[in-house]
Amino acid sequence: MSLLHTPPNRPTSTSVQLMTTCLCDAFYADVAQATVEVLEFLGCDIELPEGQTCCGQPAFNAGDWESSRKVVRHMVKTFTGDKPVIVPSGSCAAMVFHGAPLAFEKEADLPEIQALANRTWELADFIVHGLGITEWPGKLKANMTFHRSCHLRGSRSPEAVATLFNSIEDLTVQPIDEVEQCCGFGGTFSVSFPNISEKMGELKIENLVACKPDIVGAADMGCMMHFGGMMDKRGLKTKRLHLAQILRDSLKNAGKI
Amino acid sequence: MKTKQKIDTVARDLSDEVHEANFIGAKMKSERRYAALGRDYADPDKLRETAGKIKQHTLEHLDQYLEQAEASFTRNGAKVHFAFDETAARQKVLDIMNEKGCKSMVKSKSMLTEEIHLLDFLEKSGKEVVETDLGEFILQIDGDHPSHIVTPIVHKNRRGIAKSFEREGLGEYNDDPETITRRARAHLRQKYLDADVGLTGANFVSAESGRIAIVTNEGNARFCMAANKVHIAMVGIEKIVPTDRDLALFLNLIGRSGTGQQLTVYNQFIGGPKRPEQPHGPEEMHIIFVDNRRTEVLASDCREILRCIRCGACLNVCPIYRQSGGHAYRSVYPGPVGAVLSPLLAGNRFPQLADLPKASSLCGACNEVCPVNIPIPDLLLRLRDKAKREGASEAMKGTPKLGMWATLCSQPSMWKTALTMGHTMNYIPTQLVPHPSAQSWQGTRKLPKFQGGDFRKWFKNRKKK
Ligand code: SF4
Repeated sequence: MSLLHTPPNRPTSTSVQLMTTCLCDAFYADVAQATVEVLEFLGCDIELPEGQTCCGQPAFNAGDWESSRKVVRHMVKTFTGDKPVIVPSGSCAAMVFHGAPLAFEKEADLPEIQALANRTWELADFIVHGLGITEWPGKLKANMTFHRSCHLRGSRSPEAVATLFNSIEDLTVQPIDEVEQCCGFGGTFSVSFPNISEKMGELKIENLVACKPDIVGAADMGCMMHFGGMMDKRGLKTKRLHLAQILRDSLKNAGKI
Repeated sequence: MKTKQKIDTVARDLSDEVHEANFIGAKMKSERRYAALGRDYADPDKLRETAGKIKQHTLEHLDQYLEQAEASFTRNGAKVHFAFDETAARQKVLDIMNEKGCKSMVKSKSMLTEEIHLLDFLEKSGKEVVETDLGEFILQIDGDHPSHIVTPIVHKNRRGIAKSFEREGLGEYNDDPETITRRARAHLRQKYLDADVGLTGANFVSAESGRIAIVTNEGNARFCMAANKVHIAMVGIEKIVPTDRDLALFLNLIGRSGTGQQLTVYNQFIGGPKRPEQPHGPEEMHIIFVDNRRTEVLASDCREILRCIRCGACLNVCPIYRQSGGHAYRSVYPGPVGAVLSPLLAGNRFPQLADLPKASSLCGACNEVCPVNIPIPDLLLRLRDKAKREGASEAMKGTPKLGMWATLCSQPSMWKTALTMGHTMNYIPTQLVPHPSAQSWQGTRKLPKFQGGDFRKWFKNRKKK
């Protein structure tokens, strides 16, 4: 096992299942909505499995693998079939294709877990590498910075995000200092290690807003909830948008939807 | 902020001065490392993967390679010893010194000797031991411990060092780095000449030729063997690589990953004592292979950590290490590598260090820079699972219980009810939410507005249109 490499040869199709993620389900309805609008613009037929809840990541990261496996088993029961599963979050996607198989290494039902892992895609990765879209027909006059969420490491998502953003008319993405640094969320980490987490968040915000961008973007609402929550507390008003919202808004601006 | 985790406490209470020293040191090196690898190799990741595979292969056939190494060293005229644990390793060094009537030792930097507390032991046994790496020398006179595996005194600044030198009678206060270095050099020169035995570690061992490779930036390892009767090399069994040819890859990687240098300044290859035709060099070379629970680690599901070549790259890039510094890890190996290795090497003291694997946001930066591609986050996770199963209390402190949550997440109807009910949260001031996580969150962050179920409703209605 090495870097969080995405599984090879994942199936692709315009008939997909959407994994909303618990964060979007509970807090960020518009991000989920934007994901649907973007996928439908691309001609996708979307199925939203009713019983879905969470990917099991909080317990997995906290070391409570037994609890995590309980949630993962439920997830596998909910996402049946063989359609690609699209997740608007780098860390939930990585949980499905990397974390879950790790937690099930010694379990009898590993093959079922692996099967779901093998058809799961992070949103940008799916658009570029699954559907083969390399030009985004949107338009957005803005100067932005982007937080490369840690769980995009090793997958082809950062490259996909860059491809999409670079082709949006009028959009400039400014590089940030110390792009490799984590925002300090890490799920229960931010609760157990509140002081370190806060210092990490401060550093991240500093780097993100250094060039006074119009928009701060991310591909993971976990990170965004953390550094966004800190920005709110500090009265920093810079607009924050998820990758899906940027793609959708730019389509609207260009009159494509 | 209130906190139950030890590393978080250290980070909170760290003096600004030490914090800044740690931070700048780590940041500078990781920047240089990124530049050096990216500039010199088109595909550094491929290189890291190859290096990782070589080490993994060696570990999987370690018994064979150890035997081969033993035979090669013996052929070269060196004496090979095996020490199962720290007691045996320390005793072996003392025995060799006593046999040869040696009273004083000069030693170069080695984390393994820190691991087995060699210095204390030898001093208590009446021997004089002098550290010759400048950083280690400063730690020795201060009675301090390394806080980084490559730059052991990254937590210190030159004013403090100048004061220590003054205190030790090494000249009047002067905090000019060059003066400090010159004074240390003059002091150590005599120690080299007076010593009877020189001890070094080894960065790599070639099983094929029976050669150790030592890299330093100060050349002190060389002096530690040049003028002495006896050279002792103390090596962890995991330091073996199959052939001399492999050294090329590892020497290229260790400098770039550790300090951002293309090659460390001094690279020494030593295969045995001096031969009759050679004018200088130790008459005897002893190599002590130390296990000290490494075979236990090899048998565990975290064996990949034994690939580690102690380059320090993961420390430099680790956000937790940057904020807390090395001493927070309460063990010889700090940072990400330490968070995995230290609890494993602790044996039945595992519960006492079981909190270390928790000190990570699992960001994966360590894995990304590791020259031997160790999946450190995976290993941290495995250790968290182990700590949970074994009920190690150090690990549980401050971590919310997730059993109830798991039940909620496996029952869609309960989940949906919770989503709708959650709306009431928007009308309660967050300070009143009785959960400790909410408490610690709202100190510095605002929670987003609850919108449970809104998306699902939208999705359904949209379909009806
Ligand atoms: S774990 Fe990897 S990066 Fe860290 S010190 Fe060891 S070799 Fe270097």
